[in-house]
Amino acid sequence: MSGTQPGETREHPGAALSISHVKKSFGETGVLRDISLSIKPGEFVTIVGHSGCGKSTLLRLLAGLDQPDHGDITLDGAPMRLANREVRLMFQEARLLPWMTVLQNVGLGLTGDWQPRARTILRQTGLESRAGDWPAILSGGQKQRVALARALVGQPRLLLMDEPLGALDALTRMAMQELILQIWRAQKFTAILVTHDVQEAVALADRVIVLERGAIGQELAVPLSHPRDIGSPEFAALEGSILKRLLRQH
Amino acid sequence: MPSDSKLLAGNLAVARKAAAPKPNLLAFARIAGARSLPWLLPVALFAAWYVSTKYGFIDPTFLPAPGDVLSGFQQVSQTGELWNDLAISTGRALGGLAIGGGIGFALGILNGLSPLSAKLLDTTLQMLRNIPILALIPLAILWFGIGESAKLFLIALGVFFPVYLNTYHGIRNVDAGLVEMARTYGLRGPKLFFQVIFPGALPSILVGLRYALGIMWLVLIVAEMVSASSGIGYMTMNARDDMQTNIVVLGILIYALLGKLADLFAYGLERRFLRWHQTYAKPR
Repeated sequence: MSGTQPGETREHPGAALSISHVKKSFGETGVLRDISLSIKPGEFVTIVGHSGCGKSTLLRLLAGLDQPDHGDITLDGAPMRLANREVRLMFQEARLLPWMTVLQNVGLGLTGDWQPRARTILRQTGLESRAGDWPAILSGGQKQRVALARALVGQPRLLLMDEPLGALDALTRMAMQELILQIWRAQKFTAILVTHDVQEAVALADRVIVLERGAIGQELAVPLSHPRDIGSPEFAALEGSILKRLLRQH
Repeated sequence: MPSDSKLLAGNLAVARKAAAPKPNLLAFARIAGARSLPWLLPVALFAAWYVSTKYGFIDPTFLPAPGDVLSGFQQVSQTGELWNDLAISTGRALGGLAIGGGIGFALGILNGLSPLSAKLLDTTLQMLRNIPILALIPLAILWFGIGESAKLFLIALGVFFPVYLNTYHGIRNVDAGLVEMARTYGLRGPKLFFQVIFPGALPSILVGLRYALGIMWLVLIVAEMVSASSGIGYMTMNARDDMQTNIVVLGILIYALLGKLADLFAYGLERRFLRWHQTYAKPR
């Protein structure tokens, strides 16, 4: 369904994203004040910031769920729109349809012979044995893994994640981070993760963006190779500098 | 330390073994007791009924003995009167349910999906809801006479409101997060309705149906008792005029049975269509 049409040549499975002078207000409050950002195909970017800094709003604009008041967002040069097959969004909650089985949830919106593909992606996320179960009996981590499988089954070129691991316990969280990284490296899509967890941001990203009151406060490249050692001095230095910046604001 | 904890675990196991009941008989008796507990009161009431009529504590004109009710049943079932009246009553009930429930369901979905339609109709419907349905009986007789239309009208009106209100409420309260998610996956129109909105509203719709089934029998009974020349209600009122108390009690028991059947039907629908819902996943 996604991806490459026959005869079309594409340099990279990931999409290039360009955000230029984007502004968004709700009523009198300016939530995003002039954001410009350019993201390379296949790049993993994390956005950190205090609650209310506008990070979720930015992600909703990127998903086409809301429209910016000002400025442009383009995906490979084309304007962003809702229900674009090349873009998938993972929410804070799994948002699985309770009346569909795990497999049916993964196949949501797919047409044609989708079942083999859905089973393959469930195997990759380690939930093949739960394909026939109702979502109600899954744990929080399993639900988010189904949501991840649902997002990835159409091979999106841009994966947006709005704190999808926020509600999980520490161990499940780390396993999920590992899973996301592993699939990202295999499929090479462009990834943007919003989080308030600085360690998570540094562990996953090629580039960390600190959002402060609706503007980009800091951009920081993470030059460490995977797998990253969260105990190493380099990692700690990066994490420390972001934390210091975030704490200074308050 | 490890040896200590092992010792403790060993002690616990011994203690548990000692505390366990020796034969399974006790456990069996406990389960059987728990199963039969809900039936204790009905059986006791029936026994009291039987004993008090048999030994003449109660005048059989007021409350006939269980045996009299049974012979009354044989009498009306042999003449075919019972089956004829039962078929007529059931037909009225289901006809009214189909008309009123159908309109209520359609309007509930329409108003749930279209804010314009809801603005136009909902206030009016909410006002009409406050009219006690049985107060309309004289008017219904004036309009439709004592024929079938009056009873169909009353039943249809009675079941309309629970079906309408719960369908509307169910559609309006579908998790907006799920709808938003489905939109990002490209679901629109009929697909969005049948895969997300309707299943999300279904628990509420079935609650409405269950209420409607209760109201259906209630309105039917009253309508048949007030104005009818056939049906279980007519049979009962006719028997009262002839002082056949056993037939009156039989009629009441039949109504109770029909109500229970309707309830089981609604429960079956919930078990079938809400399997995904944790409340209905387990047997009651």
